[in-house]
Amino acid sequence: MVHAAYLMAVLPLAGFVVLVAVGRRLGDPLAGWVGTVAVLGSFVVACIALAGLLGEPASARHLSEDYFSWITVGGLQVKVGILLDPLSMTMCMFVTGVSALIHLYSIGYMKGDPEFSKFFIYLNLFVFSMLLLVLANNLLVTFVGWEGVGVCSYWLVSFWHERDSAASAGKKAFIYNRIGDAGFLIALFLIFSKVGSLDVSTVFAHRSALGSGAATAVALLLLLAAAGKSAQIPLFNWLPDAMEGPTPVSALIHAATMVTAGVYLLCRVNSILELSPDAMWVVAIIGGTTAFVAATIATSQQDIKKVLAFSTVSQIGYMMLAVGSGAYIAAIFLMVAHAFYKGLLFLGAGSVIHGLHDEQDLKRMGGLARLLPWTYGTFLVGWLAIAGIPPFSGFWAKSDVLANVYAKSPALWALGVLTAILTAYYMTRLFVLAFRGDERWAAGVGDHRTAPPHESPWVMRLPLVILAVLAFAGGILDLPWVHRTGFASWLAPVFVHDLYQAHEGDGLQVILGVVDAVVALAGASIGYALWRRKVDQPALEPAFLQRVWYWDDFYDAVIGRPGQALARFAATVVDGRIIDGVVNGTASVLRKSASGVRRLQTGYVRNYALGIAVGLAAVIAFFISRVWWS
Amino acid sequence: MSVPGAWYLVLAAALFTVGALGLLIRRNVLVMFMCIELMLNAANLTFVTFARMLGDIGGQVIVFFVLVVAAAEVVVGLGIVVAIFRRRAETSADDLHVLKG
Repeated sequence: MVHAAYLMAVLPLAGFVVLVAVGRRLGDPLAGWVGTVAVLGSFVVACIALAGLLGEPASARHLSEDYFSWITVGGLQVKVGILLDPLSMTMCMFVTGVSALIHLYSIGYMKGDPEFSKFFIYLNLFVFSMLLLVLANNLLVTFVGWEGVGVCSYWLVSFWHERDSAASAGKKAFIYNRIGDAGFLIALFLIFSKVGSLDVSTVFAHRSALGSGAATAVALLLLLAAAGKSAQIPLFNWLPDAMEGPTPVSALIHAATMVTAGVYLLCRVNSILELSPDAMWVVAIIGGTTAFVAATIATSQQDIKKVLAFSTVSQIGYMMLAVGSGAYIAAIFLMVAHAFYKGLLFLGAGSVIHGLHDEQDLKRMGGLARLLPWTYGTFLVGWLAIAGIPPFSGFWAKSDVLANVYAKSPALWALGVLTAILTAYYMTRLFVLAFRGDERWAAGVGDHRTAPPHESPWVMRLPLVILAVLAFAGGILDLPWVHRTGFASWLAPVFVHDLYQAHEGDGLQVILGVVDAVVALAGASIGYALWRRKVDQPALEPAFLQRVWYWDDFYDAVIGRPGQALARFAATVVDGRIIDGVVNGTASVLRKSASGVRRLQTGYVRNYALGIAVGLAAVIAFFISRVWWS
Repeated sequence: MSVPGAWYLVLAAALFTVGALGLLIRRNVLVMFMCIELMLNAANLTFVTFARMLGDIGGQVIVFFVLVVAAAEVVVGLGIVVAIFRRRAETSADDLHVLKG
């Protein structure tokens, strides 16, 4: 059963191939169903593999199988195979599950799009790449998957590439990711030069060969890679722009799966991370800072998807914070819970946007609770979950993270709690602005808004309902009092060390949990009180936060403009003067000298004859003189 | 009595000079051709003279080659002259300087 796990990745690939071949002919909605069924099959295989893995004793839950040799050059042996252990299994479960739901949702959301089948081609290729990334037992193959999801993200962000903003958002996402990818590549080179292999199990077995210096370097380079993919400081700016893509893409790639790949990578190499406490601190600080900064920005955004995007950045910051604290299990727990509730929130936002005929501005929503009852109900669950209200899944996951962070550093814990208040606040603001209050959508410019908002079709509602159930109940995966038997013990063999509240007694944990709950309720109440009546409150949305801490302006001033100036210099001076000068100069020297020489060719035969005679005379004179003088 | 070999050589040199000067001075293409022939035959005469003086048959053999080449050259050259005549009714070489650079 377990040995068929490779089918998980093969099925979406098959779906991709089929859709490339006949997708356009299948059309709307059949192409979408083909894509959905491929991913659903993948989910079924994942369930079977999970059952198989659960049947094994804990120590034997590790399957590494090679299928074929990809590269053999000297000492470098790269084999393509899968590594199935509790970590990759957990990832596969929620990646395939959430993907299947979002595929289903997309059938409704993308209905009528002229490029309907192309959308599912990209989606299936994405799922394949993501599973390759997760399942690969060789770091180079992981990198292939890593690049695959990156390029799919690029294609899907700029899916509506006729729009300038979508095209440039795609480029931005791609370039930011490239910076991280460079880090990944250099880390791979370093690992190979020190260990001599890229096979995951071999690398971990011989990780001591790295030494502390190289281990720190590898860990920091992989952190750079993770920062690019998972949108962490300093590379987080691309994610909000990536919201230009269709909403199912935002839900699948930019909330639930791809952006968590960075966290997965760091969890995957946890044994290397553990070699370098310094790098762990850097990871924790970057994660904590990102969580806080992104949460502050999310309080002031007007676009419903941008709020959710910054919220995603912030939540992944939490995961990084957990990883940096050595709490890998908490990070994975939050990742799973986040995939549920953030996927739900994005799909809900998509349903709102769909219902309002492509309106994304929060200030022009309001009062939708009555008109979109299904969306409202499910969004309510997502809101409470991400805000961290007990007993929703977000509460358990977040307090798991924060309890571990407290053991690492109370200062970072305080930052996390502050972020939790902000999280509850901005999500409440979003919720109130979108669903409660006055109906502001009717007051907009009346061109396309003549039709009233409408609820979405069942293919869109069904995923919402399923995800709402999961977002509500996801916490039972790892309730604090079943730590030793549940999720944690299932994942524990993968990690060299789990700082499972090692220093904390039950009393402290309860106190921390109560603090989390109080903080969440406080944030939500503040948000509700402030935004219940008034819609326009510039004091609460300072330009500093709306402009993302001027982060983009900073990059523009420091990198963008000097880069453009350099390019202009290269175009006008280097190319225009120096290179063109050399080429044109050669030509003009030749032309001038030639126009001098051409006068010799007069066309008069006698001149040539005279030339021959003179030449002959000169040659003869030369030889005679040699005879004469010798 | 026999004529000394040097006389032949002087004659050949004189012929060659006449040919060369004619080629340089005259404008008529046909005359220039004849001058070239004159120079070739001056060279032939030299070859034959030396072959005789040195008792080496090789010089006479070369003359045959020269005659063959000269015949071929005359064919091509006269072909060109006829072509020129068709275009313009005079045979001055200077009128053909359109090939100048």
